[in-house]
Amino acid sequence: MIRVNNLKKQFGNVPAVRDISFEVQAGEVLGFLGPNGAGKSTTMKMLTGFIKPTSGQIEVCGYDVLREPKKAQHKIGYLPEGAPCYEEMTPRGFLKFIAEIRGFRGAQLTYCVDDVVSKLSLQEVLDQRIETLSKGFKRRVGLAQAILHDPDVLILDEPTDGLDPNQKHHVREMISGLSETKIVIISTHILEEVSAVCSRAIIIADGSVVLDGTPESLESRSRNYQSVVIALQPGQQADLGPELAGLPEVAAVETDSRGRLVVFPAAQDNQLLGAINSLLQEGSWQVEMIYQQQGQLDEVFRTVTGDDSHA
Amino acid sequence: MHNLFILYKREFNSYFSTPLAYVFILVFLVLSGVFTFYLGNFYERGQADLVPFFNFHPWLYLFLVPAVSMRLWAEERKSGSIELLLTLPVTKFNAVAGKFLAAWSFTGIALIGTFPLWLTVNYLGDPDNGVILASYIGSWFMAGGFLAIGSCTSALSKSQIIAFITCGSICLVFVLAGFPMVLAAFQSWLPQVLLDTLASLSFLTHFSAISKGVLSLQDFLYFVSMILFWLLLTSAVIDAKQAD
Repeated sequence: MIRVNNLKKQFGNVPAVRDISFEVQAGEVLGFLGPNGAGKSTTMKMLTGFIKPTSGQIEVCGYDVLREPKKAQHKIGYLPEGAPCYEEMTPRGFLKFIAEIRGFRGAQLTYCVDDVVSKLSLQEVLDQRIETLSKGFKRRVGLAQAILHDPDVLILDEPTDGLDPNQKHHVREMISGLSETKIVIISTHILEEVSAVCSRAIIIADGSVVLDGTPESLESRSRNYQSVVIALQPGQQADLGPELAGLPEVAAVETDSRGRLVVFPAAQDNQLLGAINSLLQEGSWQVEMIYQQQGQLDEVFRTVTGDDSHA
Repeated sequence: MHNLFILYKREFNSYFSTPLAYVFILVFLVLSGVFTFYLGNFYERGQADLVPFFNFHPWLYLFLVPAVSMRLWAEERKSGSIELLLTLPVTKFNAVAGKFLAAWSFTGIALIGTFPLWLTVNYLGDPDNGVILASYIGSWFMAGGFLAIGSCTSALSKSQIIAFITCGSICLVFVLAGFPMVLAAFQSWLPQVLLDTLASLSFLTHFSAISKGVLSLQDFLYFVSMILFWLLLTSAVIDAKQAD
């Protein structure tokens, strides 16, 4: 379990993290979301003991990160932002070095290196210098060192940044496939990633937690959540609008940029689609298309992080 | 202790996986030869010893050692690998000491590379090989002192250039502090106690004692405590940067 209490970090006079508290239980995959400079990486650096907070407490697997950093770091696998490593080494040499530092010896060492090499498909580049590898391979080497000792806590700072769609998919599958007893924290600004792998998301803006919940509960805060889009034969649009607005389940009706009607629900009780359906069947409407929208995470993200210029 | 060795091994091998090591060793050998034969009047002196060779070591180290030490921490900070290193379960002092020992062993190898000079004097005459061995050991310990200072300045910044210049300047102060001309300039107005303290802090004072063949515990303690002091300071600098 990870417990963070009133975490603050000040760089000179600039507050990077204002006051963050949260708890993560085993089995959770937590996504850290937020604009660049929101404090995601700073929070992760504090969780892993790389930088010291100005104030606050961090507990990882029962160890106080400030008082017993080495014990906590044994439990943590960490991929820092940009996946830095010793570029003059080969993946083989680098992973061996990490395994030795992590306390593996002999056959056990060979086993755990071989295991991550096959998990991340690094066989073909094993003896090339890391500096000559593509961005995708470098990232995979970084991931390999993070999961090498099968840690209870995995902290990944933008693990899929710079990967192609196939590699992204692969990394997400790997994260989803981790044991249910582990804690995974990933930071990202790719919102689809949150819906794809996270069981919980925290949105950080300006150094504070602004939202904390399951991806679905965050989506439900979107204005578009459960709204219904209807396209009719040309000419009928104008007549249907007022009728829809008269329904008790409807909060508002708008026309979008493509001339389709967007109907917003009055309550999140999933009654809207049924009500609209009955209305459409009663009249002689020529429906070309109708669908219900899920919430859009990026819209919620923009709203809560204060950038509503495009909303 | 085992982690110290693993870190040492990685760091030491990294020297030889880039051209840096070979360039450094080559430059060191060429310059030490040039200094010994041309500036040191090796032949003209008519003596079969390595005094002209060792006399130039403090000056040679002044710009060659910072070139080795500048990358120790600055490079880690620049590439971000410091974040990886310091979040591995290794103590800070192990990391500091492992890196230092690797750099120190490396300069030791460069020093051993000058053995043809030793063969030459033995061919030309009958030198006191005990004095030569003492000088080699003294020179290596002096390089250690320079490197420990360099380790600390390297931890201060992510720029290797700044690390190089700062290290060179601090080392210059430590060399000059024992230089007769500098001491003479202070002699008129500084009390003798301070003058002695100044001279006793100098690399030159202790190195010239050792290179005369006098292997006193005091001179070694000086270099060992210099190394330990600057390594602890390195550790403290890294600590302070983490809380920055």
